[in-house]
Amino acid sequence: MTTLIHTIPSLVASLTGSLVQDGHADAGHAAEQVGHAVSHGIATPVEGPLWIALIPLLPIVGLLLATFAAIFKVKSKLPAFLTVGCLAGAFGVAVGAYQHLSGMAPGSTMVVTAFEWFDLSWGKGTGQNFHADFAFYIDTLTCLWMLFVTGLATLIALYASEYMSHDVGTGYCRFFAAFNLFVFSMACLVMGENLLVLFLGWEGVGLCSYLLIGYFYKKPAAVDAAKKAFIMNRIGDFGLLMGIFLTFVKFGTISYPELWPLVQPYIEAVKAGHVGDVPLTVSLIPILFMIGAFGKSAQLPLYVWLPDAMEGPTPVSALIHAATMVTAGVYLIARTYPLFLVSEYALPIVGWVGAITALLAATIGMAQFDIKRIMAYSTVSQLGYMFCGLAVLSSAGAAYHVFTHAFFKATLFLCCGAVMHGFGGQLDLRKLSGVAFMKGWGIVGIAMLVGCLNLAGFPFTAGFFSKDMIIAESFVTAGPGYGLIGWILLLTAGLTAYYTFRVFFRVFVGPKSYEPGDEAHDHDDDHAHGEEHNHDAGEHGDHHADHFHPHAPGLAINLVLGILALASIVAAGAYFIDTDHHGWVGKMVHESSANYTGSAAFLDAAGHGADAHGHDAGDAEHAAHGSFLGMDPHKVMYYVSGVVGFIGIGAAFYLHYLGRKTAATSKADTLLPLLGPIPRWAQHKWYVDEFYNAVIVLPLRVLAHVFHAIDRLLVDGLVNLAGVLPRLVGARIRPWQNGVMHGYAVGMVGGLALLIAAVVLLSM
Amino acid sequence: MTFGLANLANAAGSTLAQAGFPEPMSTPALAHYLFLSAVLFVIGMVGFVTRRNLIIMFLCTELMFQAAGLALIAFSRFHLHHTGQTFVIFVLTIAAAEAALALALVVLLFRKKDSLSGEEWREMQG
Repeated sequence: MTTLIHTIPSLVASLTGSLVQDGHADAGHAAEQVGHAVSHGIATPVEGPLWIALIPLLPIVGLLLATFAAIFKVKSKLPAFLTVGCLAGAFGVAVGAYQHLSGMAPGSTMVVTAFEWFDLSWGKGTGQNFHADFAFYIDTLTCLWMLFVTGLATLIALYASEYMSHDVGTGYCRFFAAFNLFVFSMACLVMGENLLVLFLGWEGVGLCSYLLIGYFYKKPAAVDAAKKAFIMNRIGDFGLLMGIFLTFVKFGTISYPELWPLVQPYIEAVKAGHVGDVPLTVSLIPILFMIGAFGKSAQLPLYVWLPDAMEGPTPVSALIHAATMVTAGVYLIARTYPLFLVSEYALPIVGWVGAITALLAATIGMAQFDIKRIMAYSTVSQLGYMFCGLAVLSSAGAAYHVFTHAFFKATLFLCCGAVMHGFGGQLDLRKLSGVAFMKGWGIVGIAMLVGCLNLAGFPFTAGFFSKDMIIAESFVTAGPGYGLIGWILLLTAGLTAYYTFRVFFRVFVGPKSYEPGDEAHDHDDDHAHGEEHNHDAGEHGDHHADHFHPHAPGLAINLVLGILALASIVAAGAYFIDTDHHGWVGKMVHESSANYTGSAAFLDAAGHGADAHGHDAGDAEHAAHGSFLGMDPHKVMYYVSGVVGFIGIGAAFYLHYLGRKTAATSKADTLLPLLGPIPRWAQHKWYVDEFYNAVIVLPLRVLAHVFHAIDRLLVDGLVNLAGVLPRLVGARIRPWQNGVMHGYAVGMVGGLALLIAAVVLLSM
Repeated sequence: MTFGLANLANAAGSTLAQAGFPEPMSTPALAHYLFLSAVLFVIGMVGFVTRRNLIIMFLCTELMFQAAGLALIAFSRFHLHHTGQTFVIFVLTIAAAEAALALALVVLLFRKKDSLSGEEWREMQG
């Protein structure tokens, strides 16, 4: 396997030697490209067909259509279907782009320029100009991302057409407008040819996240959550921006095709073992990028916005906070992987942050009762896995996990959404039970089961394979404490299985019982009536007052859930296409800039990777070098994680299904007192929010008050003084003009006397 | 030119006296005249500032005029040139005209307030 990974660059180099063209290169590459070793196995881009620009353009069309629908006060579900149409079109174009790309030699890339954006120069020297086109860079990594982003966006828009139907006529158009803007921004982010277009998309998705989380703007919790998400994103964006600036300062360009050849010398240096040769300015760039990634992808310490973001409508949670926006951080690192490979500390930091976040979020998820929150923490945890994957040089594993996670997490969120929609906003797992057996909820139950199996890593599901790749690789690659990371990830896998099936066994199976949530309303009821229902339900347990009936999902929701569940299953099959490279996804990743070509030599001094010359002796070293309890991780990990998954599911089964008669309690409650205060701490999210509040928010608020006082007293005071002074002076002088003639006469005489004195004195 | 003339006059004072010209004035004598002029001026000034009666105030201004005229005449005699005296004639004429004007104003003012006191007029204040 190692040999195959290493032969790819040489294969590609020979193939793309023919693609390297002199002269006309649309991104302005230097002639150094010719003759010099092709960078990192990445080919010089060729000019791509312009119809690829439809991928970001169609969502803009959808945005305009939704805006017109809002202007003309359309009262039907039309904006939703228009959106679905535009996004389906974008998906079609993405498929076409992939077909086009796969028609070319492996490892090739395309650049599609929409228009020239910036072309500034402020001097004649080399570093004194800045050029950025609004262009798109299509390689296999881009295609992978765009396929699932547009596909999921289409499906979720279809789901949202029914889910948001309560708001038709009021906020419906606004929702879909923001939805379209989001897809456009994500397309810019993923398809951008340079860091500036990526940043445009980055900010755009942050903005749309704010708009969509705060969709229910009349609800203070939602507004606060939107602000929190945006502000924490901004902190990350600061890091990213600094990274972009540093890239420009160091390399003079921010465009990927121009950047990779410039990074190549450092890669060569690291391959040869001289990690210290890489200057600080270069190794600092990935550290700054990772701050941005942590903000966007909700890792420690910037993850607290994601659970709060569940205040937004469920389709938003599914699309943005499960499948697309939060993977932008992973994408950033994968895309700029060459820079990460030459920095000594970047990848280990990413790995450790990811691992700790994964474990932390899993422990919090175990103690929550709100099923959407549990899924949110699960997302944070799985994102930690993806970052670990990148850190252990399994960018293929990370990307595959992104891919599978997008499908099954979207499925899970949409099922939770269906439950919420049908039970009047009820999300507490202590108040719902046996939903899958209720009439009309069968498909939801099956989809939820499929999603849970994937998340828990049940053998032969897609989630199993993808998680496996990452955990196995973490035992193989040598890096600071990477073995420990592997154990942490394994433990987290067990916890994940537990809390996932806790949700499933509590909410979807077991005795049928439900309580409507706060938003329960029949169309002719008012809210006061709904609150009475709650009281009734509390007393009667699982018979319910006749007024509330759960609202089983309709066609659109069931259809989407079915498709997504199916897709989650099929995604497992992608593992088996092209097993040489860990599946179809692996192949996509290896032919792009996210390829690991053994250049992170600092991660293992002896063996795995430093041999860019690809010899078989590496395999023997490889097996002995990274091992899991003395066995080869790649072979053994399937069984180990399978066992861990079973243990988790088994624990959930025992504690939350066996012998459970009501919705509210289970065997777990009897065990909880044994653990002391720990469950309570976990339920309060380890008080991280409170910590941030005390350490960051409170001092800032005090500072704000101080500044306010300074502003009021000093600044306003100075301005007021400028007004008061003339008044004081005037008050003194005004009495001189009292209209008394003699006073004026005295003044004249006095003045005359002074003049005479002056003349006499001066003439002496 | 007048200064040179004065020196010549002094030097040839006796000659001029024989020709029928008046004797040139000595500087101390000039000082006496100027002192008188100053005293008159100050009396007029103080009177103007101090007195309440409008007519008396006007009288004091006239006194100041006279002081100025006296000074002019003294210098004219000192420099043996007629400019000063001519000027005084003009000043007296103008003073007379101005007196008429001022007294007409005083009459109008009196009609408004039924009083000759300057202190009655305080409206233009602030």
